Amino acid sequence: MKVVAELDLCQGHQMCQGEAPDVFGFDEGADVVVVLDEHPDESLRPQVQAAVTYCPAMALAIAENDKEHA
Amino acid sequence: MTDSSSSTSERALGVADIPEVSVAVPDADGHGHLAELRTDPVALLERVHAECGPIGRFRLADKEVIMVTGAEANEQFFKAPESTLDQAAAYPFMTPIFGHGVVFDASPEERQQALKNQALRGDQMRGHATTIENEINRMVSDWGDEGEVDLLDFFAELTIYNTAACLVGPSFREEIDARFAEAYHGLERGTDALAYVDPYLEGVESFEIRDRSRATLVALVQDIIDRRRERGTVPREERDLLDVLISLDMSADYITGVFISMLFAGHHTSSGTSAWTLIELMRHPDVMAEVVDELDELYADGSEISFQALRSIPHLESVIKETLRLHPPLIILMRQVVEEIELAGHLIPPGAIVASSPRVSNRLASDFPDPERFDPARYRDQRQEDLQNRWTWIPFGAGKHRCVGNAFAMMQIKAIFSVLLRDFEFELVQPGETYRDDYSKMVIQLQRPCRARYRRRSDR
Repeated sequence: MKVVAELDLCQGHQMCQGEAPDVFGFDEGADVVVVLDEHPDESLRPQVQAAVTYCPAMALAIAENDKEHA
Repeated sequence: MTDSSSSTSERALGVADIPEVSVAVPDADGHGHLAELRTDPVALLERVHAECGPIGRFRLADKEVIMVTGAEANEQFFKAPESTLDQAAAYPFMTPIFGHGVVFDASPEERQQALKNQALRGDQMRGHATTIENEINRMVSDWGDEGEVDLLDFFAELTIYNTAACLVGPSFREEIDARFAEAYHGLERGTDALAYVDPYLEGVESFEIRDRSRATLVALVQDIIDRRRERGTVPREERDLLDVLISLDMSADYITGVFISMLFAGHHTSSGTSAWTLIELMRHPDVMAEVVDELDELYADGSEISFQALRSIPHLESVIKETLRLHPPLIILMRQVVEEIELAGHLIPPGAIVASSPRVSNRLASDFPDPERFDPARYRDQRQEDLQNRWTWIPFGAGKHRCVGNAFAMMQIKAIFSVLLRDFEFELVQPGETYRDDYSKMVIQLQRPCRARYRRRSDR
């Protein structure tokens, strides 16, 4: 899986850091999410899925292969 | 002619080429579709889509409103840059409610800044969940073992306390009571679309109620300010927003406007959604049983509501999402065009209002099979019809302006039902189909009667 964050949509809630702290960080200067690990291990899928589901800005997605989310 | 027609199809068309919806309520006052917007807006919005397709228009007094529907046009609408669309000018009915000099809506940058410092940030949520749990326990403390409740009154009062405590501060919450909630409700009832003609028209009852209610709120806030002045200053760490505004010598009128604007977006929306969540649960006893089982299991180990309300509660969440899809608290989202914008192949000039309707988009059969059906399973497993349709599942809007309070709202409603369904059983008092919304104002409220019967649970 590939983790995709749309920075245009991010509102800086920082919920994803709570759900998947190894995958998502935060850029304090720009006030937006930073994807720390674009290709997290499959074992982290439940956490990443929770981050996608609970993102208040609907700014996150999981692309199953890299081409899917152009 | 073939050449010119093919070149027109490539080049954008103007407003005149956008189909105008038919007139269903006679235009006796010359204000176009205003009369229908004030009586049956849902019919108007549905007809715009049915007759005109992805882009259509109607007229409110001297404003052309251009409404888009469907994923493609909605995406253009929601992604339009801040500089091209203005929210405040599109909602003239809000100006007299907030008062002079109080901003309607912050820019995305200001919102983000506010989020960073303030109440809606992710790490504040746990404290809010505890606050809300306490508020609802207070509200039901005098309920006894059984009785009836007016859903409009109950949820409007509860959500005023929740938003006041979480967004303004706990001391302010203790300084207000039912009088504040009632006056606030009067403000919401003043959101008459007649404001598109003139928000200060003389002799309009809803505007008179609005202005009286605002004056009542200012007087209540003045009392609170006086009492705080008498009390003297408090240590810096105990100061809340009101203390800060008082120290800046802001007038009661202005401070009231600030509080009104802070509470507005989160109040009628959460109040209505909570009420409709309960109504849909009572209408669907099988779904209610599923949710009650889910909550019983979740809290069986004695875990705190403040903890669980922030975690996944899949069945309850699906019910709330489906309630929001069918009963979005805002049925139309509007912006005034500041710089020319292209929507669905048409160039829209400054001055026009562009709009998208959550009510219409949320029920598109192409995106939501069997759209009139209440079906929480839409959000389970692989279906995830909210995430799959991010430009048409839009109870919270979409894009950069997506409701900044949506995580707070979801948590609040999860906390409310964690308490209510733990302690009580609910059933309809009236036939299920008689629970309706009153659409006569831009802020939609439940129409009375809207009562529910409760009984304290004996199985726990």
